[in-house]
Amino acid sequence: MVPLENYLVLSAIIFSLGVYGVLARRNAVLVLMSVELMLNAVSLNFIAFAAYLDPNKVTGAIFAVFVITVAAAEVGLALAIVIRLFRNRATSNVDEAATMKW
Amino acid sequence: MNGAGPSIAFWVLAAVTLIAGGGVMLSRSLFHAVLLLILTFIGIAGFFVLLSAEFIAMAQIIIYVGAISVLVLFAILLTPRAGRYNGETKMLLPALLLSVCLAAVFLFVIRDAAWPRVNSEPHFNTNQLGEALLSTWVLPFEIASVLLTAALVGAIMLARTPQEEAEDALA
Repeated sequence: MVPLENYLVLSAIIFSLGVYGVLARRNAVLVLMSVELMLNAVSLNFIAFAAYLDPNKVTGAIFAVFVITVAAAEVGLALAIVIRLFRNRATSNVDEAATMKW
Repeated sequence: MNGAGPSIAFWVLAAVTLIAGGGVMLSRSLFHAVLLLILTFIGIAGFFVLLSAEFIAMAQIIIYVGAISVLVLFAILLTPRAGRYNGETKMLLPALLLSVCLAAVFLFVIRDAAWPRVNSEPHFNTNQLGEALLSTWVLPFEIASVLLTAALVGAIMLARTPQEEAEDALA
């Protein structure tokens, strides 16, 4: 059986890839995709912990279900904002959407 | 789940997922990035199957691969010239440094911690999952459904064109 640490290391690496994407990419859609990657790494972590450490094995799966739900809500809203931004400013560069930046 | 099968599957899936995930971060083309992201999601669904969470794996494929990726593709097609801004920000180096440090901290903690061993077969019971979702977790479940509805109504409101808004004002 694959040790638990392998899953944890893998999801840590995926999460860090997502952090890099959120901070470094300029396209709003790519930033959003990186957020999805981070959420997915977290649910992989939940499932791995539930499978290896939780005796009744349900709580982790429930958290994964909620993570997926919130990710769906988030992606719908965020893409609507991207489309709106593109329509108003003809850009999807997050550096140019800085009107409210202090 | 004994023998070499699960560990071969783990390493193959890990290679696919990490290469595809790295490809998302490095790719210049938005379209290629989405396709690689879909591959990453499928790899993670494979891990869920490997952990015996078949229901979550199915949900992952239906929602992430089926719905979220298609939404992202729609957004890319609706913003035709947006593909020009695919580069990195000025913060490339700090971002790289931060994520490498973060990964190093995670790896250190994972190596250092003594994880307790529960020697049982990983097995998720979908019946049990459904019962728990509608008994113990029924309030979060309802809140999640309200959140989803509110988010989707908000998304429709945000994405309307000015003409549609004018028509609604007349009606």
